[in-house]
Amino acid sequence: MAFEGLADRLQNTIQKIKGKGKVTEQDVKEMTREVRLALLEADVNFKVVKDFVKKVKERAIGQEVMESLTPGQQVIKVVKEELTALMGGDESKIAVADKPPTVIMMVGLQGAGKTTTTGKLANLLRKKYNRKPLLVAADVYRPAAIDQLETLGKQLSMPVYSEGTDANPVDIVNNAMAHAKEEHLDYVLIDTAGRLHIDNDLMDELVQIKQNVNPDEVFLVVDSMTGQDAVNVAESFNEQLEVSGVVLTKLDGDTRGGAALSIKAVTDKPIKFAGMGEKLDQIEVFHPERMASRILGMGDVLSLIEKAQDNVDEKRAKELEEKMRSATFTFDDFLEQMSQVKNMGPLDELMDMIPGANKMKGLKNVDFDEKQIAHVEAIIQSMTAKERQDPSLMNAGRRKRIAKGSGRSVSEVNRLLKQFEEMKKMMKQMTNMQQGKKGKKGKKPKGLNFPFM
Amino acid sequence: MSFFKKLKEKFQTNEENEEVSDKYKDGLSKTRKSFSEKINDLVARYRTVDEEFFEDLEEVLISADVGVSTVMELIEELEMEVKRQNIKDTKEVKQVISEKLVEIYQGDDDQEDHTDLNLQENELTIILFVGVNGVGKTTTIGKLAHQLKSEGKEVILTAGDTFRAGAIEQLNEWGKRVGVDVIKHSEGSDPAAVIYDGIQAAKSRQADVLLCDTAGRLQNKVNLMNELSKVKRVIEREVPNAPHEVLLVLDATTGQNALSQAKTFSQATDVSGIVLTKLDGTAKGGIVLAIRNELGIPVKLVGLGEKMTDLQEFDPHAFVYGLFADMLEEE
Repeated sequence: MAFEGLADRLQNTIQKIKGKGKVTEQDVKEMTREVRLALLEADVNFKVVKDFVKKVKERAIGQEVMESLTPGQQVIKVVKEELTALMGGDESKIAVADKPPTVIMMVGLQGAGKTTTTGKLANLLRKKYNRKPLLVAADVYRPAAIDQLETLGKQLSMPVYSEGTDANPVDIVNNAMAHAKEEHLDYVLIDTAGRLHIDNDLMDELVQIKQNVNPDEVFLVVDSMTGQDAVNVAESFNEQLEVSGVVLTKLDGDTRGGAALSIKAVTDKPIKFAGMGEKLDQIEVFHPERMASRILGMGDVLSLIEKAQDNVDEKRAKELEEKMRSATFTFDDFLEQMSQVKNMGPLDELMDMIPGANKMKGLKNVDFDEKQIAHVEAIIQSMTAKERQDPSLMNAGRRKRIAKGSGRSVSEVNRLLKQFEEMKKMMKQMTNMQQGKKGKKGKKPKGLNFPFM
Repeated sequence: MSFFKKLKEKFQTNEENEEVSDKYKDGLSKTRKSFSEKINDLVARYRTVDEEFFEDLEEVLISADVGVSTVMELIEELEMEVKRQNIKDTKEVKQVISEKLVEIYQGDDDQEDHTDLNLQENELTIILFVGVNGVGKTTTIGKLAHQLKSEGKEVILTAGDTFRAGAIEQLNEWGKRVGVDVIKHSEGSDPAAVIYDGIQAAKSRQADVLLCDTAGRLQNKVNLMNELSKVKRVIEREVPNAPHEVLLVLDATTGQNALSQAKTFSQATDVSGIVLTKLDGTAKGGIVLAIRNELGIPVKLVGLGEKMTDLQEFDPHAFVYGLFADMLEEE
């Protein structure tokens, strides 16, 4: 499948270099190869990818691995930080002119979604900033483009300025400005015709409009599905019109949206908004961090890393791991482990974040029942300290008592005990496997059932 | 070299072909230039065929949106071929590169592709247009209507995009320009019902071709994809063996997502061919290679400009010729 995320790609590599204290050059080389492929598959321009990978390599080699992370995750962390640095920064604000009206010009290729975005922005300006926008229909070329904007205006009950298809776009815009001043409208949104960045005549027309109205914002509207060509488009529009911001459209699709990265890298202009649907309120402020994870296709392995950093007491985690290895794992430890995991957030969300988890048999489509966990906790808490240390003490009487104490049935208690024993066995096997040279590390052995599933 | 000679001869056999290939060379001049220039560059820069050479070749292909997995496959095969033929000189490898690309393009067998539209003789042909938002479905319909009408066919358009603001007006405007009838309902009505009416109108007026527009939709919107399947079912029910073509309209500037589009739309509507639009920009159109390679869906029409006449039948030979014209002419 062509759309493997970085998470899946990195699985194997991560497994190979697990458990080292330092990230070596060889590790990084292997990892960055995968990072490179993932970015390319996400449509990030290959030149941008090249620079990016170089930066990551320089930073990652020789880094100390944090206790709670594997070297693989450590590299991902560097990747994420670099990505976010590249993508982000500026807040998504719309300019306000000293003297109204504020003028926003929408430009872009055909079919990028300029007209729809114009409507959405107008809606946002009114709803969020309490402004009175005027929509200007300056696309005289595409059949019915004016009708489209007028329909949007009707839906929003907003004024639309148009002069039909015979007028010159530059004149239309000039007259619209006068109209806005007369009517005391404080924003003017100019919907221009889509054009190829290499069409000199039409690009000149935009330059003329720009010189005439001196807009406060020039928004380049880009389809998030754009491939390698995004760089050329963004570069030419920016060179000729000095774009002030970018709006990424159709992000509600399943594209990785690597174009975002390419555009940011070549223009250094902020991506301000994202179109998230066909309805007029479906526009969002752009989140660089989210986009970074999306491009990498890592579910939220990144947030998992952060959460792990924040929430898991590293020393405790180590102790637990040691106990697992030596199979002296008790119900107390189990309870402790559960509460640590719970601190990280809802379980099903957590499972989504773990790369490869969706590939594990049995884990897929499992509904995690948070109640179920509460039940398990109750059962364990109803055990005596002795019982928790040594489950072999359990006899029928004790089981009955525990069931009563926790308000669960005896069969549930029995099931938990059985699963716990199995879990311990599995852990032993896993440790043995890890010690053996060619063990399949990290793979969940068949039949392992977590008690809360 | 015999392969290229054959290709060349194909064009010289008849003049009409010559014209088509000129148009292609025109529209694709950007594509062709940058693509083969890059390969020439590459070849000139390296004396020997080594790992670095292949890495750079990989980049050239990826920058043309060919698609990572297709490129990887190609590079692997090239490396084997180079080893097998013991090629050391980069000039020789150029030949192998172009042969391999053509092979990916046309498949292993020499079978001629059916790139002609499946038009019925003496009975109604129904063509359904599908695709994501903003790829140029309505514009393509307008252009195709013009082409068919100038061939003397009776054409009717159906405004199945009842969702997007101004979409019905847009098709209506095309109908006026071309001089064909447009069957339409009001905005927000059921697209399947409009298409049904379109079919009834086409039947009663004994039209030759019915072109059905649909609203653009992103392929991950399950409900909207189901709506599209329903539209297709309505057509199937009303006219046996219809729709005769389901054309997926793809924007040439689209990257890897085009594969996902092709896959999902095929599942919903059995796409029979692709219309590649906006190929007159700087986008390289390499995605065609990936789609052909991975899904086997043929490209049938190509949009090469904004004029009414800028829709061309897709001719793989001409396309390949356009792509490699520089290389061929050097020989």
